[in-house]
Amino acid sequence: MQNVKHHLTDSLLMAYSAGTLPEAFNLIAAAHISLCDECRARLASFDSVGGALLEETDAVGMEDGSFAETMRLITSGALAPAPAPHRLSSGKSVLPAPVRDYVGGDLDSVKWQSIGMGVKQSILPTSKDASIRLLFIPAGTAVPDHGHRGMELTLVLQGAFVDETDRFGPGDIEIANEDLTHTPIADIGEDCICLAATDAPLRFNKLIPRIAQPFFRI
Amino acid sequence: MKTKYDPTDWITHMARIRDAQDQTAFAELFQYFAPRVKAFLMRSGADATLAEECTQEVMATLWQKAHLFDASRASVATWVFTIARNRKIDALRKQRRPEPEDLVWGPEEEPDQADVLSLQQESEQLGRALAALPEKQRELIEKAYFGDLSHSEIAEQTGLPLGTIKSRIRLALDRLRHAMK
Repeated sequence: MQNVKHHLTDSLLMAYSAGTLPEAFNLIAAAHISLCDECRARLASFDSVGGALLEETDAVGMEDGSFAETMRLITSGALAPAPAPHRLSSGKSVLPAPVRDYVGGDLDSVKWQSIGMGVKQSILPTSKDASIRLLFIPAGTAVPDHGHRGMELTLVLQGAFVDETDRFGPGDIEIANEDLTHTPIADIGEDCICLAATDAPLRFNKLIPRIAQPFFRI
Repeated sequence: MKTKYDPTDWITHMARIRDAQDQTAFAELFQYFAPRVKAFLMRSGADATLAEECTQEVMATLWQKAHLFDASRASVATWVFTIARNRKIDALRKQRRPEPEDLVWGPEEEPDQADVLSLQQESEQLGRALAALPEKQRELIEKAYFGDLSHSEIAEQTGLPLGTIKSRIRLALDRLRHAMK
């Protein structure tokens, strides 16, 4: 996907490279990078920083027999076979491969749960320090006005949405924090499917969604 | 001071492991990288026993995945780092590490030697730039990588000169995409 306009920030890419992000953020970063060669290259440059730091680290001696033990790991087959890398699915599927891993299949395997106004969500299982879900927003529908207590990342997988800041199409990622209260509206052309990760519950500005919030975990 | 070596040498080592399961080449890589991986894991919070065990697994994975190493996009040190980082998330943080879809060279094609060489040179330059950073800034970057900083604590401006190496990798990716067509 070469038309991506909205990218991951340096601090998110660095933390993804360092391996310090919550699992939900790791997943959305992996999904965005699957669709964006610019961020793939930026990530690789942050990985190079990790490589350089590794070389500069004061070494700690290995135990005696460590090499022989490692060879035994290799030859005995005790080591779990490395999972095959995700090959590029070149746009044949709406969900990038890392997301399919969490869904357990493609779009038709998603277990949607209705949250009103035709909007549906599906929460994906990750560690509890942050959460991530797929959102289905019918073309032309608005997601209620909401602010954020923490950080919310939204990646468009199909269709597009528009909010007070800009228009976001396939592959684009919006990074929202406490300063942003927005009303994303799905583009009229096509139903919008997004992946949204947050490290805090969303905060809705209207009464009904706020009451409904604990039930739907939205 | 670190041991002097030529990083393009490590690339040859990787090819020997990939093509001939060469244990001598692997032993040399092990001798250099294993103690560094162990140190990295200990700085990230592993005790010596866990770090030892994980390092052996990291090095075994390096052998196992030798065919996936792409020298036009990473130095061997960088590649070792990514394997160690993934093991850290798995063993220390007990989380899965979702990986992006990747572009991989087919059995027929290999990256351009000129791309490989320039990437290795950029990696060395980055190492020197990192070493030349003011102490305070370098400490922050180390903290980010060794796990003491959250993403919101990482400053947007790290002061790292990553523009050139990023452009090189981007170029290599474009060539790979072209070759895949």
